[in-house]
Amino acid sequence: MSGSPVLQARDLQRHYEVGGGAFIKPSALRALAGASFNLYPGKTLAVVGESGCGKSTMGRLVTMMEPPTAGTLEIDGLDAVHGKKSSDVARKLRQTVQMVFQDPYGSLNPRQRIGAMLEEPLKINRPTLSAKEREEAGRSMMQRVGLRSEHYDRYPHMFSGGQRQRIAIARALMLNPKIVVLDEPVSALDVSIQAQVLNLLNDLQEEFQLAYLFISHDLSVVKHVADDVMVMYLGHPVESGPCKEVFETPRHPYTRALLSATPVADPRRTRQRIKLTGEIPSPLNPPSGCTFHPRCPLANERCKSEEPKTLSQGGVTVACHAVEEGRHEAETAA
Amino acid sequence: MSATTETPTTASASASKRAFDEFWHYFTESRGAVAGMIFMIFIILIALFAPYIAPHSPIETNSDFFRTPPAWQEGGTSQFLLGTDAVGRDILSRLIYGSRYSLLVGCIVICLSLTFGIFLGVTAGYFRGVYETILMRVMDVILSVPSLLMALVLVAILGPGLENAMIAIAVTYTPHFVRLSRAQVISEAKRDYVMASRIAGAGRIRLMAITILPNCMAPLIVQATLSFSTAILDAAALGFLGMGAQPPTPEWGTMLAEAREFITSAWWMVTFPGLAVLVTVLAINLMGDGLRDALDPKMKRS
Repeated sequence: MSGSPVLQARDLQRHYEVGGGAFIKPSALRALAGASFNLYPGKTLAVVGESGCGKSTMGRLVTMMEPPTAGTLEIDGLDAVHGKKSSDVARKLRQTVQMVFQDPYGSLNPRQRIGAMLEEPLKINRPTLSAKEREEAGRSMMQRVGLRSEHYDRYPHMFSGGQRQRIAIARALMLNPKIVVLDEPVSALDVSIQAQVLNLLNDLQEEFQLAYLFISHDLSVVKHVADDVMVMYLGHPVESGPCKEVFETPRHPYTRALLSATPVADPRRTRQRIKLTGEIPSPLNPPSGCTFHPRCPLANERCKSEEPKTLSQGGVTVACHAVEEGRHEAETAA
Repeated sequence: MSATTETPTTASASASKRAFDEFWHYFTESRGAVAGMIFMIFIILIALFAPYIAPHSPIETNSDFFRTPPAWQEGGTSQFLLGTDAVGRDILSRLIYGSRYSLLVGCIVICLSLTFGIFLGVTAGYFRGVYETILMRVMDVILSVPSLLMALVLVAILGPGLENAMIAIAVTYTPHFVRLSRAQVISEAKRDYVMASRIAGAGRIRLMAITILPNCMAPLIVQATLSFSTAILDAAALGFLGMGAQPPTPEWGTMLAEAREFITSAWWMVTFPGLAVLVTVLAINLMGDGLRDALDPKMKRS
């Protein structure tokens, strides 16, 4: 890990109040129950997990669309939780973090021409730029993401999914951000287009030294793009570390189950699938102790009562009693 | 068309012209819309140049020609093409002047109710909460009374007359626009492109007016054109009931009211004002449909 982090999150939490009425007490939904991570320039942190595990909430917190319920978030040396009150800091933070959305059909304003869409961030944040400078910036960014100049005055509905995602990426980069949150940026695209967009993202990352927070459930994509991986389960990060380490020697039983479910394009390779039983529990009423214990093949009495602490092991942090006690090794051997 | 061969580099100067060409291209694809528009232009011209077109004064009575039939019927004269009414006023001239009132009523009612409706609806849909609840319940109360009855009550309070009739009709139409724009804003505000604008730093006013509102306009335009015609109808109805324009104003509804007792004996006195209302309303509705097709980029083909 080189350089200083551009984003530091410590014990980030986000709870939602759901239900509740005049006489009913609302219950807290812990969408994100304490996550700590760093983002480094030019590096990609991938967040993976099932739906409902808090991935997207994390994206909303990092883009500062929602305030965290607890924890600290430091972006580019500025306090993103409390610093927002000063409009100067808020403006600076705003330009540091941008986002690319999952659905390229919903994320582009259908009534805005591509040019206006690309110029909008500049119009809002750089009021000193002339209209001509804005247009130049927009056109050069369009070329940078592989779109032609004559597309500038077209509407989004004239483009294919892959082209739309390129437009969304161009828009996100208009303010020269340091961090880009990619919320499943390729899951709505064809596999052939996915590779093109991922390569584009890769090139842009090198060129602008961007830090990516790559939210995904597609492990084969994550394996391809990520430097670091964080595996989430019910709002808790269960295992995080360098991509290679996590994929080659997964420690947490949930990571193992996830990896074993990823299809591999190799017909000769026989693999053992770890089947998880049961559904993901409701985050409104999470299980006691380790939230994974009802579905965990290694769970014991301790897992049901005591919440596991995160511990480092070979460059990876993992929150699991079985790993701590070495029980998972026995499982692998057997 | 010269615009199609233009290079994109001369964008800003010809952008509005190109936008218009594009709009025109899609608008003219519908024949009904073009027919409606041609008729509307015809009516607007008539309204503008009424004093030069009308053969007689609309309020001048002529004691020699009470209830003269149209020129082509037995007993008619070429002096009064569409005949005269009970006090000898030329019906054609009154219809020509009446177009002024009908268009005025339509325009003002739509402007008033659209402005207030969009403002209230967009803010309600954007801010939600208590403000929305209170506002929407008030709108429900207004909607729960039949619109003509509501307008009648308001005119009764404000006093009869064309201005008060317009205000009353505008009040009864506003809730439609509030509900429509609120519902649109609620569904649009959840979309990712709004979030993208927020992340780019757009403020509340920009989000509401520039990002969200244009995406809500298609149903509002249709509702506005439909309301334009119903506003004319309602104004005519109020006039017919004696609460709108007061005689001798040559308003179409008022003309109908004056002709009521002669329905069986002098058909031209009711038929022509009625036809005028009908054809105008039809033309506006046809035009509204075409307008919607042309203004909604989702319906355009690339």
